[in-house]
Amino acid sequence: MFDVIVIGGGVIGCAVLDTLQKYNTKCLLLEKYDDVSCGASRANSGIVHAGYDCVPNTLKAELNVKGCKMMKELANELHVPYVNTGSLVVTTKNGRAGIEELYNKGIQNGVDVEIIGRDRILEIEPNVADDIELALYAKDAGIVSPYKLTIALCDHAILNGGEVKVGEEVVNVEKVADKFVVTTASGNKYEAKVVINCAGAGSMKLNKAIGAEVYEETFRRGDYFVLDQQEKAHINTVIFPLPDEKGKGILVAPTADGNVIYGPTSVVVEDGEDKSVSLDGLDQIRAGVAKTYKNANYRKVIRLYAGVRHVVGDDFVIEFSKKLQNYITVTGICSPGLTSAPAIGEKVKDMVGEIIELTAKETLVPNPEHPRFVNLSTEELNEKVKEDPRWGRLICRCEKVTEAEIVAAIHAPLPAKSVDAVKRRTRAGMGRCQGGFCGPRVIEIIARELNIPITSVKKDNGNSEIAIGKLKEIEYEI
Amino acid sequence: MVKNITCINCPMGCALTVEVNGDEVKVSGNTCKRGEVYGKQEVTNPKRVVTSLVRIKDGAVVSCKTNQPINKSDIFKVLEELRHVEVTLPVRIGDVIIKDVLGTGADVVATANIG
Amino acid sequence: MKYDVCVIGGGPAGMAAALEARKNGSSVIILERDVKLGGILNQCIHNGFGLHYFKEELTGPEYASRFVKMVEETDIKVVLEAMVIGLTPDKVVTAVCPTEGVFTVEAKSVILAMGCRERTAGAIQMPGSRPAGIYTAGMAQRMMNIEGYRVGKKVVILGSGDIGLIMARRMTFEGAKVQMVLELMPYSSGLKRNIVQCLDDFDIPLHFAHTITRVVGKDRLEGLYYAEVGPDRKPKLETEKFVECDTLLLSVGLIPENDLISNVDIKMSPITTGAVVDEYRQTSIPGIFSCGNVLHVHDLVDNVSAEGTIAGEYASKYAKGELATSETSYKVNATNGVRYALPQSVYSGEGKVKVYFRVGDVFKNAKLIVKCGDEVIYSKKKMIFTPGEMESVELDKSKITGDIELSLEK
Repeated sequence: MFDVIVIGGGVIGCAVLDTLQKYNTKCLLLEKYDDVSCGASRANSGIVHAGYDCVPNTLKAELNVKGCKMMKELANELHVPYVNTGSLVVTTKNGRAGIEELYNKGIQNGVDVEIIGRDRILEIEPNVADDIELALYAKDAGIVSPYKLTIALCDHAILNGGEVKVGEEVVNVEKVADKFVVTTASGNKYEAKVVINCAGAGSMKLNKAIGAEVYEETFRRGDYFVLDQQEKAHINTVIFPLPDEKGKGILVAPTADGNVIYGPTSVVVEDGEDKSVSLDGLDQIRAGVAKTYKNANYRKVIRLYAGVRHVVGDDFVIEFSKKLQNYITVTGICSPGLTSAPAIGEKVKDMVGEIIELTAKETLVPNPEHPRFVNLSTEELNEKVKEDPRWGRLICRCEKVTEAEIVAAIHAPLPAKSVDAVKRRTRAGMGRCQGGFCGPRVIEIIARELNIPITSVKKDNGNSEIAIGKLKEIEYEI
Repeated sequence: MVKNITCINCPMGCALTVEVNGDEVKVSGNTCKRGEVYGKQEVTNPKRVVTSLVRIKDGAVVSCKTNQPINKSDIFKVLEELRHVEVTLPVRIGDVIIKDVLGTGADVVATANIG
Repeated sequence: MKYDVCVIGGGPAGMAAALEARKNGSSVIILERDVKLGGILNQCIHNGFGLHYFKEELTGPEYASRFVKMVEETDIKVVLEAMVIGLTPDKVVTAVCPTEGVFTVEAKSVILAMGCRERTAGAIQMPGSRPAGIYTAGMAQRMMNIEGYRVGKKVVILGSGDIGLIMARRMTFEGAKVQMVLELMPYSSGLKRNIVQCLDDFDIPLHFAHTITRVVGKDRLEGLYYAEVGPDRKPKLETEKFVECDTLLLSVGLIPENDLISNVDIKMSPITTGAVVDEYRQTSIPGIFSCGNVLHVHDLVDNVSAEGTIAGEYASKYAKGELATSETSYKVNATNGVRYALPQSVYSGEGKVKVYFRVGDVFKNAKLIVKCGDEVIYSKKKMIFTPGEMESVELDKSKITGDIELSLEK
């Protein structure tokens, strides 16, 4: 019997779990995919928004501003890449009204914002488009690695007593007497006093299935370009256009992991898991980027990706169910959801505190630092190689990732069991060759460390095995 | 019988038409003499060197080839033979894996040094 | 460690360079990132290598092993699993390997021979999803030919360069059904022999002027949409069709892997994406040489070996202080159908110099003209020039008295 079961291992589920594990609770997180951070948490812009564009007095405004303030320290504690870049909303001379409106919202929300002219803009960001005259500058904005944050929250929660089960899709939540029985697709049953639905794109489907509150939802897919690390030299901050009814618009930003992204689009889709990039979307991004940034270089594109925003009305929904006592729904966590995650964790913890008495733990186990080859000095490296030669074996040449780092990820609190899971944690395969060289070697290391056949190693989830069998097994048709 | 094939002698890749009437073989569409020779050979007696792999006992694979061209129609028969062979290490280039495979006159030999 | 010549990369270019440098009396070290010498040749188990260099037809591993044997017969120092992570203009090479950790090699000359990498789905901005089952041709080749695994059953190949064609046959030989090869251009950059023996032999259709418009599949590839492209290479969506497949191999171009020198101020060619070199394969930094696919992408390994030999000879001369720098240098320019020519400069003097070039389109019954000023110093008529085939001309140095220019006359 658990105190709390959290459904969904995105950044929200993991933040909620980790916050609760700072107290004397026994919690379980159930994730349907084989790793955490497989939905919107791994495919978004990775921006820590300052909070100037949220409608004042909404949950979004409150939690965004609070989350932005928490993020720096949290990322530091968890050893997650974070950079306080600041952000610019830029416009031509015709956009003054829009900038002023944002400025006023920012002031109401308690955000440090200022309106700056072209000279100041160029000091901060020399490569804005030539007709940009005006910008809203928010110095507290930043960038964070969204999947690394999610994974680190998850690992930290596990180290502090939380349980995480992946590959467990929740199909039913039933109230039996005064407790919940949670059933997964594999037939396992888990019991808890409190259940929290953080299932993101799948959250309404679950609520519908179990008779909890259902809200009208919209899925908005966003396509992105990822650029080579070399492009990072041309951009310092996050550049937004003026927001419109569809969202924050097409941005140009460095990523905390060292790349540059252009995107996202905003296209309504039926399927919350549709991560397919469209030709049309790519054209829209090119057009959008050209309006704010003059140094776009599509020859340096190394990857495309798409993520789906889960939108429910105009605000986040974080509430107790009126139909199922002690059931909490957290849904509609689109932008600024990533920024708000730590604050949402706190808010949900307070709600759980109304049901269960929470006592803060006296000490917490910190996340171990995962040193990276690229950040170590020659002396530090040679020390490490002496103890473990795998620190001297570079597997991913583009991102300079050693075998030791990959092995550490495979044996982390939440083990990385697929090629993509290793990639998210170590960056092996995230560079310009996209795993062309290191892919087969990463597969081999995963198979060896987990003691499974090569043919069982997956790229990601489901039937995504990379080697489907051994040669010479198939008879020829002669 | 009329066959349309592409000449492989140079990047021109002339589209050859080869007519076979009993013993008489007529090539047209070629731009040079080499095309005629190729067209006749390819239609009457096409041959290929086969390169493939065989399994190593308790290990991965080692590359191999037929040490001379075999009839094109025998390619998959030879590949089927190779499915049933396992070599033991060490393997050296030129080691005979199957002698006179399927009576083609060609040996299957290893093309890499392993172990 | 101190060596006269440090060779970065132990593939065909690096081995040929190292051997020649050693032959010329220099002490030589090869830094190779893989567990054995030979580079990508080790996974190219098909035949067709060595006709020019060894005058016989070999498979990739056989070709490589001949060079490995020659290297082993010398005292050339070889460090395996050594990844070079730094290079300075004064020729200090920093590398890391499991046995030594981080170490440096102080060399008098350095030869870049790191080869190339494959363009990816991301680099060609391929729309759709990103499931398992999409491989660069080289990665699939390694999974099959080195590790011994099957990677798919129903295959589509994008790109009809030689690697794509060779893989069509390899996949067929391993029981897979290759449904089609799609080629963006109206022609193939692969050899005719490969089109016939890798596609025609197995009735695999090749669709020119076609590309992929969308990849479909959540976890594993389920199929893809493809369409004809117009002269602007943009897909005509009204011609879009669907093909079911679980595997997509990409053979869409090779890129010289020059990341190591991105922070060293070496002059690069925007066309080859390799360094700009002189007749000795010396880059803009004296004493740093470049050869093989890291310099420009070749289609024949025989040419790679030849280029490595040139780089090795002159790197050794440089190390010994014997490379004359007083000679007059003339530019080698490419225009009018000739996409690039290499080396990009030659020196005045005696004897002959071989200039390699590639054309930018298919030209039939065209004439290559080499001019020095207004004077035609060489011309050659050919029935066909194609972008896939690297050509060369041997020029009389005595006729080169100024910058020269290669062009095509139709």
